Amino acid sequence: MRVGLFVTCLVDLMRPRIGFAALKLLRAAGADVVVPRAQTCCGQPGYNAGDNAGARNLALKLAREFADCDYVVTPSGSCAGMIRVHYPALFREDAHAGDIGRLAEKTCELTDFLARVARLERVPGDFTGTLAYHDSCSGLRELGVKTQPRALLARMPGVRLIEMAESETCCGFGGTFSVKFGDIATRMADNKCQNIKASGADAVAAGDLGCLLHIEGRLRRLGDTQTRVLHVAEVLAGATEN
Amino acid sequence: MQVASGRFKQRAHDGLENPVLRNALLKSQGKFVVTRQQAFDELGNLGELRAAAAAVRDHTLERLDTYLTRFETEVRKAGGEVLWAQTAEDVQRLLHDICARHGVRLAVKSKSMVTEECEVNQALETAGIEVVETDLGEYILQLANEPPSHIVAPVVHKTKEEVAALFERHHGRPRLHDIPALCREAREVLRPKFLAADLGISGANFIIAETGTALIVTNEGNGRLATTLPRVHVAITGIEKVVPTLEDAALLLRLLTRSATGQPITNYVSLLTGPKRASDPDGPEHFYVILVDNGRSKLLGGELQPILRCIRCGACMNHCPVYQNVGGHAYGWVYPGPMGAVLTPSFVGLENARDLPDASTLCGACAAVCPVNIPLPDMLRQLRVQRMEKRLRPWTERAALKLWSWLAARPHIYGIATALAARLLHCFGGKTGLLHRLPFASGWTDGRDLPAPQGHTFRELYKQERQT
Repeated sequence: MRVGLFVTCLVDLMRPRIGFAALKLLRAAGADVVVPRAQTCCGQPGYNAGDNAGARNLALKLAREFADCDYVVTPSGSCAGMIRVHYPALFREDAHAGDIGRLAEKTCELTDFLARVARLERVPGDFTGTLAYHDSCSGLRELGVKTQPRALLARMPGVRLIEMAESETCCGFGGTFSVKFGDIATRMADNKCQNIKASGADAVAAGDLGCLLHIEGRLRRLGDTQTRVLHVAEVLAGATEN
Repeated sequence: MQVASGRFKQRAHDGLENPVLRNALLKSQGKFVVTRQQAFDELGNLGELRAAAAAVRDHTLERLDTYLTRFETEVRKAGGEVLWAQTAEDVQRLLHDICARHGVRLAVKSKSMVTEECEVNQALETAGIEVVETDLGEYILQLANEPPSHIVAPVVHKTKEEVAALFERHHGRPRLHDIPALCREAREVLRPKFLAADLGISGANFIIAETGTALIVTNEGNGRLATTLPRVHVAITGIEKVVPTLEDAALLLRLLTRSATGQPITNYVSLLTGPKRASDPDGPEHFYVILVDNGRSKLLGGELQPILRCIRCGACMNHCPVYQNVGGHAYGWVYPGPMGAVLTPSFVGLENARDLPDASTLCGACAAVCPVNIPLPDMLRQLRVQRMEKRLRPWTERAALKLWSWLAARPHIYGIATALAARLLHCFGGKTGLLHRLPFASGWTDGRDLPAPQGHTFRELYKQERQT
């Protein structure tokens, strides 16, 4: 099974550890992993700002780079959602619709792939502590990612999963929304931080780095230096240390 | 209503800073979300109902002319009259004519968002006609001289204490402290108005083509009084509210009340067909329906047509984390929340509401609860595309996007640029690994730190790993 890892631009720039964690997990699941060198961004920033031409350009680039893979897996619900749900919308009744449709069908969010497709049983991570899971919006509502990360985390003996209140409510990141409407986004992050705190968890995990940067950024600004903010891939792969 | 949607950012900020509003929203939101969920859990087949409802709405929108003319025919047969209004001014003019014809001096109104849209109250008052809102929430707002902040619960932003103070001042009676007493007092004040009114104005939740009926749901009974006691009844509604049959209305009703308030059915469901007949014990002598376009027909056949399926349940705003934090007044016009962020730019012009398409994280919570499956995030994105085409964003933003697309299409330069950025930001992060301040991104750092990058990009590290 040839699996292409789409690292995402945010992981590439901000926290490559998540990319390596994903690589380790895919290999543990028995995949033959390739990481196309020229990959960059899925085009979501442009797409969500109304620049469809820019997004189409990057979609075609990505489709070419992963053409020879059986699956495309990415440690991000929003990038996977972009490819699976929004790429086909960008190429409706178009000469490229076939290629894009095939790419969309074979693209998976990481935990969805590990739990549902590769059926990873032995999770390599060794995290010990209580963990609250934040359901990132695109993964949850565009791809139905809800039970998959929880099922994988449940296979780790040291992890105690806690369900926090409003785990499905947006943290306020929303890409450029978090900068354009910083005060609204901050308030939304506050609500999230309160729910994390009230859950009493040692750490909060999610499947999207954007949410994690947002939540961690607010927690630290509020003076919380204790609660750990982790990508689910880092937890599952045992890659939570710097 | 004056359009203030161009100042969403400032108004949202004001909403965030308003502790009374925050309290009121926190109290109401849980109720709306929980009761809706319970109502649909009991029903069981939400998915099927939504698909069927969306299909009915689409079917009707595709043949709007047919069903509207059928409706007009049936209203005439029942002895009523249908009037067509292309704009808000047309609505005002038609109402003036009706008032003049029937010697109207006092009008009572049941709740209607279309009449807010068409500034009906102001127009009638200018003509010397007294207008009294009779929905409790709308009545409170009329006293407070404020617009609604929610399409179903217009006064959701106000507390009991604020209402008690308003009543004390306007009614000249002693201050009350509990809600039942406040309701009783409102009833006492409004009852003589119902009895004395010459004209009753209502909206219509649906109009039914095959029978020429206006259907109205209310919980307070004021709708029934306003539409049956006065000599003249005028129902004012949007052209998109038409449904082919009574059965279709029943289907939509099951979704509407559960989505709006979690009720299997509202306390009152009025089906109003024509004026009073000889055998009827009561009812108006004259029955008019004003069908309002005011920008709706422009959306037919375009990318935004699905927004015309909207049945005004308010579930999208009850579940929108942005609305729930900034409140409805931030949106600056009649319709707030996600449906408002789509409708307002469509009705008042994108250039007058240019920030509204961004008033969403595109989290999708709205679309997940919409009873007629309107893809609200896609509609907002579509407006962003239109805005880009009309160059309604600052050039700096457009330039930044272009630069990103250009870079991302050139992996080699992209690799160099990102490696440089990763190093720089990592250094700025210092020992704490947190950036407290960033040039050009104070929108972020005003409220949050930015966790610093690890220092090397994935592509650099991966290359190293492959070489060793």
